[in-house]
Amino acid sequence: MKKFIPFAIFCFISLALFTGLSLNPGNIPSELINDPIPEFSLPIVGGESLGFSSTDVKAEEEVIIINFFASWCAPCYVEHPFLMELKNQGYKIYGISYKDKARDTNRFIKEQGNPYYKIAADEDGRVAINFGVYGVPETYVIQDGIIRYKHAGPIHEMDFEDKFLPIIKRMGE
Amino acid sequence: MIVESGHYALILACTLSLVQGIFPLYGALTGRGRLMRLSAPTAYGQFFFVSIAFGALMYAFIVSDFSVVNVAKNSHTLKPMLYKVSATWGNHEGSILLWALILALYGAAVAFFGRKLPKTLYVKVLSIQALIGLGFYLFLLLTSNPFERLYPFPMEGSGLNPLLQDPGLAFHPPLLYLGYVGLSVTFSFAVGALIEGRVDAAWARWVRPWTLLAWCFLTAGITLGSWWAYYELGWGGWWFWDPVENASFMPWLVATALLHSAIVVEKRDTLKAWTILLAIIAFSFSLLGTFIVRSGVLTSVHAFATDPERGVFILAFLFLVIGGSLLLFALRADKLQAGGLFAPISRESMLVINNLLLSVAAMVVMFGTLYPLLRDALTGDKITVGPPFFNLAFGFLMIPLLLVMGLGPSASWKRADLAGIVSRLGFVFATSLVAALAFFYMLGGGEIMAAVWLGLGLWLMAATFYEWADRVKLFKVNAMKRIRRQPRASVGMSFGHLGLAIAVLGMAGSSYWGTEQQKIMAYGDEINIGGYDVNFRDTNGIIGPNYTAVRGAFDIRKNGKIVATLEPEARLFSTPPMPTTEAAIYSTLMGDLFIVIGEANNKTYDQWAVRLYYKPLQTWLWGGVVVMVFGGFISLSDRRFRMGAAKKKIN
Repeated sequence: MKKFIPFAIFCFISLALFTGLSLNPGNIPSELINDPIPEFSLPIVGGESLGFSSTDVKAEEEVIIINFFASWCAPCYVEHPFLMELKNQGYKIYGISYKDKARDTNRFIKEQGNPYYKIAADEDGRVAINFGVYGVPETYVIQDGIIRYKHAGPIHEMDFEDKFLPIIKRMGE
Repeated sequence: MIVESGHYALILACTLSLVQGIFPLYGALTGRGRLMRLSAPTAYGQFFFVSIAFGALMYAFIVSDFSVVNVAKNSHTLKPMLYKVSATWGNHEGSILLWALILALYGAAVAFFGRKLPKTLYVKVLSIQALIGLGFYLFLLLTSNPFERLYPFPMEGSGLNPLLQDPGLAFHPPLLYLGYVGLSVTFSFAVGALIEGRVDAAWARWVRPWTLLAWCFLTAGITLGSWWAYYELGWGGWWFWDPVENASFMPWLVATALLHSAIVVEKRDTLKAWTILLAIIAFSFSLLGTFIVRSGVLTSVHAFATDPERGVFILAFLFLVIGGSLLLFALRADKLQAGGLFAPISRESMLVINNLLLSVAAMVVMFGTLYPLLRDALTGDKITVGPPFFNLAFGFLMIPLLLVMGLGPSASWKRADLAGIVSRLGFVFATSLVAALAFFYMLGGGEIMAAVWLGLGLWLMAATFYEWADRVKLFKVNAMKRIRRQPRASVGMSFGHLGLAIAVLGMAGSSYWGTEQQKIMAYGDEINIGGYDVNFRDTNGIIGPNYTAVRGAFDIRKNGKIVATLEPEARLFSTPPMPTTEAAIYSTLMGDLFIVIGEANNKTYDQWAVRLYYKPLQTWLWGGVVVMVFGGFISLSDRRFRMGAAKKKIN
């Protein structure tokens, strides 16, 4: 039997390599998963008054989504129609516009539609840093003020079904 | 037209490999001589047609035919001719074509030099060689066609990565592939023997030269790559345990083990199953290395996502070749009867220790290289395995290996007298210990491990010399005559071991006593490093064929006298736009002084970021490898390995 050991080891390695092929090396996990969201308080776009703060998010009883976006980001345009659809399905999305001019953000929302429950502006990107944002768009799933999932890059319908839904369902139980 | 001929020739070669892979093998298994006779002509034909294909691609690069996708993506009219030629294999498609070319070259070489082999083994070996080739041809034609056309075609190409525009790297892939692919011959011999169900001394004698040849090229190829990283990347290091480096190092370790275990098969008719397994694993690592480098599964972030087809193809091929051969091994290895027995203290046992240590080392490197991937696949965690792991685990294994290396050649076959060896070599061991401590003190102390490595290098050197002196009875009459009459294989062994000893000293010197300084230097500034006074004189702007550069001038003084002027460059290439550093190195037997010039610190361009390294004994590392490879080629010229001579001995 021991003559089969090399073959068995090889089978194991090729299985791992095969799984490795379907992994996306660009998929970077967040250190903050299962940690409370960072404290923040952001103004509305183009104004001084409060847009929303971490307290608002923590007060939410349902599972909510925080989406970082910018009018200068091409993948955000790709993602936008799907965010609209999520809104129609009844998801509550908080939007944070990242390092963007108020005028451009408003034009973006006007042209593309508004999928967000509330929008706030993170002009210097400080809050994004605390969230560990690599680049926009980036999306977080939050429950009771705790980060449950992070998605880098535009969300496709497939991503949502494969990655978001299982987590949201698990939390609903 | 020429490009299409190349494409057509590639298809012909593919078809021939199919014929060569199936019909003669069927003939050999059913005893049909006429089918068996197809082997050699198809092997030659295959080589002929791949050569045409390769030549056609090279031609497209030389004349800068940008209507070929591959050329447009990887070349540029302003590039120097050498790099136009080397760009042929400086890209994915071309490098796989080079693989196929070298594979066919080895196939033709086996067909020619192996004419005296037993007919059925000869046919099987060539058929397996052809089936491996078939995999590569299909890979080229189905997923990575180098002859694909582009329309409308661009007026200018996008250029070759400037880091690769270097004479060292132009020849690195061909040498490395000569090594990688050379192991395919050993593999084919192993699988052929498994099908035959017979491994004997003669088999080992046929396999050894091919392994040795592949080993020489692999050693040279790896070192050339390491040397390139040393002077071109300008980080002052020569080995980074990068997945791509590891990919070439793993087959080397196994090939080295194989080289030694084949001796046991040849001389003592034992360790057969193990040797066969090593032959299979060595080539498996070659393929795995190709997979790692070509699929982008480990190194590159985006390479794979764009083309899943390639990765899956290579993996499926890998599974067929490696999995198939290992399965065959599992089923047939019992047929290989072990021959001679040996005592726990004997040359055989020393070689077994060598084999175990080298194989475990290869496993360690494989584990470290693949662990991040396994972890990601199983748990989703992202981690990297860095040099600290490799240095510790690998270094730990090399200590006993170097110790045994000094003892092994002095031990006799079957049963050796441990007390005798110890009494003879004990003095050598003590001397090298004292010498190591003396050097350690002279070099200014440091980590204790530094002394250990120094001691091991000196021990191996002294023990190798002692064994040679003992063998030729250096201090008795007619020593010269005996020196000249030594069989080439044993001379080669002495050189091989000596070379490693020299290289170990170089590694210890440059790793443990290397010093480094990073400074902002203004014109006229002086720095003292490694006993040299380095004076920054000035900088000049220069214009190369496809780059502009800043060239610094540094006067190097030792004891007040100018010994050299070093001129490191910071180049900026135009297509693609990319900066590179050209380090300037002043090499002596004692060490390398290594200067890299970076960016200007201010607007007036008279202060520059400069990195200086002093690497003691660095040249010993490169020199040691040259001696090792030299030893390999001497051994290769041994009469025993010539087919005619081998045949006579068997009869």
